[in-house]
Amino acid sequence: MTGVQLEIQAIAAVTAAACALPGAFLVLRRLSLLSDAIGHSILLGIVLAFLVVQELTSPFLVVGAALVGLLTVVAVELVRGTGLVREDAAIGLVFPALFSLGVVLVARYTDSVHLDTDAVLLGELAFTPFDRLVAGGWDLGPRALWVMSVILAVNLVALLLFYKELKLTTFDPALALALGLAPGLVHYGLMTLVSVTAVGAFTAVGAILVVALMIVPPATAYLLTDRLGVLLGASVGIGVASAIGGYWLAHALDASIAGSMAATAGALFALAFLFAPGRGLVAAARRRARQRWEFPQTMLAIHLLNHEGLPEAAVENRIDHLDAHLGWEPAFAREVVERAQRRGLVRSDGAALELTDRGRAGARSSLARTA
Amino acid sequence: MSTRDGHAIEVTDLTVAYGDHPVLWDVDLEVPHGVLMGVVGPNGAGKTTLVKAILGLVRPAAGRVSVLGRPYADVRRAVAYVPQRGSVDWDFPTSVLDVVQMGRYGALGWVRRPGRAERERSLEAVRKVGLEELAGRQISQLSGGQQQRVFLARALVQDADVYLMDEPFQGVDATTERAVVELLRELRAEGKTVVAVHHDLQTVPEYFDWVTLLNVRRIASGPVDDAFTEENLRLAYGAPLGFLGRNGRPPEEGLVSE
Repeated sequence: MTGVQLEIQAIAAVTAAACALPGAFLVLRRLSLLSDAIGHSILLGIVLAFLVVQELTSPFLVVGAALVGLLTVVAVELVRGTGLVREDAAIGLVFPALFSLGVVLVARYTDSVHLDTDAVLLGELAFTPFDRLVAGGWDLGPRALWVMSVILAVNLVALLLFYKELKLTTFDPALALALGLAPGLVHYGLMTLVSVTAVGAFTAVGAILVVALMIVPPATAYLLTDRLGVLLGASVGIGVASAIGGYWLAHALDASIAGSMAATAGALFALAFLFAPGRGLVAAARRRARQRWEFPQTMLAIHLLNHEGLPEAAVENRIDHLDAHLGWEPAFAREVVERAQRRGLVRSDGAALELTDRGRAGARSSLARTA
Repeated sequence: MSTRDGHAIEVTDLTVAYGDHPVLWDVDLEVPHGVLMGVVGPNGAGKTTLVKAILGLVRPAAGRVSVLGRPYADVRRAVAYVPQRGSVDWDFPTSVLDVVQMGRYGALGWVRRPGRAERERSLEAVRKVGLEELAGRQISQLSGGQQQRVFLARALVQDADVYLMDEPFQGVDATTERAVVELLRELRAEGKTVVAVHHDLQTVPEYFDWVTLLNVRRIASGPVDDAFTEENLRLAYGAPLGFLGRNGRPPEEGLVSE
């Protein structure tokens, strides 16, 4: 592995980690599409700031972008607040307006510098190592690595400091407001982090794939855990895995690195979607298959319990009468009885059926649970 | 922090409107210390809005609210809030104990993280509402009644003087309802003031000692024996009220519970 390869992977991994942290809260707040909006509209902020300072590496570009990111959130809120359009339509109205303004300005005023639309949309991760940060004649490494590391650090510190506030305002904003933990402030703070992160990330992966890094890893982690802390950690892990895996996929296919990273993230999501324990499609199908036989066994046990020890038991609790009494097909009834016997819930004496102690206890607890 | 003079809650000339559609018209209300008050009224009467206005969650168009003689913002920590169960996302990745612990966030203030003391206090509240075996459970796996009890436990750890509850009995089973009533009575016995939005007229005299009838305007407010009359109920719910019994008490059956 060459130094350049290593640097590209480091930039990709740090970018993915930085995106996953605020992205997790966007997913939990059901604001995933806002990252798409911010990722696009910050172009306007970058162009406007560039027109003022005339320098592509100025930190003011980040400030300009963050401000326009916030403007996007406020504008969406205002449009939605009119009650004339819903939230999704408000997002769809605001960001193309700001983005297209940015595209027009890029084309009109910045043709002498290297700020073209392709780079903005798709990023150019492969070239990032060639833009070095040099101080006092020392080569400190790729500028993008520094930028994204600082952004990652800011996100981490903000998250550690305001973990409890972010959690409460996401879960129950009304209680947060009642307790004086200003949910509006926390919301705009989070949106500032999203904007700043998107600005930093877009030089590496472009405005479109920022969304993939912010939303897909947390959406994947959401399927895998019930704990917010674990979800945040897993989001970062999945993001980094997508970055590194994507790099080598691009290497093997000779394809776009950013595209491969997003594709890898999507593949990881698909895996979780299918195979996540408890929530995945496979687990759900297996659960349904199991319940298909478990529930009839419970019904059988309760039926036997209801008539146990009563004169009618000799008639009711017989395998050849289940079809008449429970309305079951004879073949189905036999299968249920066999399964219940195998599980030690039911004993049979010829055609007469009897509950075992275990079956009786099970039937009683099923009844108690529904009472 | 509270004084025993005056009222636990005082609402003066409160009007709340969404646009120019009034939800509460010029409501005056005084809630004495240490009462267990039910707020009843038909759908759209502004019951939830009243609670939210007291908590500063909606901005009034006119009027004032004071809690323990002060503006709400000054006494936040003395007030606990139990929102409607449907107001949060129960799929949120968090546990029963964690949600209960959120009741301490106000006292902790910004940045400080909950520690052992908060954890123990929360566990105690979880035990008090009978959920100790489910403390580590993800909250979507709870039944409606259990979710309501989580909210109650969260209000208990706030250790407040005034409790505002928005339909604490909604969608709960009979066992939970009895347990909740028991808890509310305990709170009253400790001298706390409890205001609960309620739907079931039939249980008002049994559960509460104070009642407010609301229908955009305040219809009546006072001790249940004085205020919960057939006349007032007719004013609040509109005529005819065939389901009311003779002495102003609803009969045993056929009652609407919205």
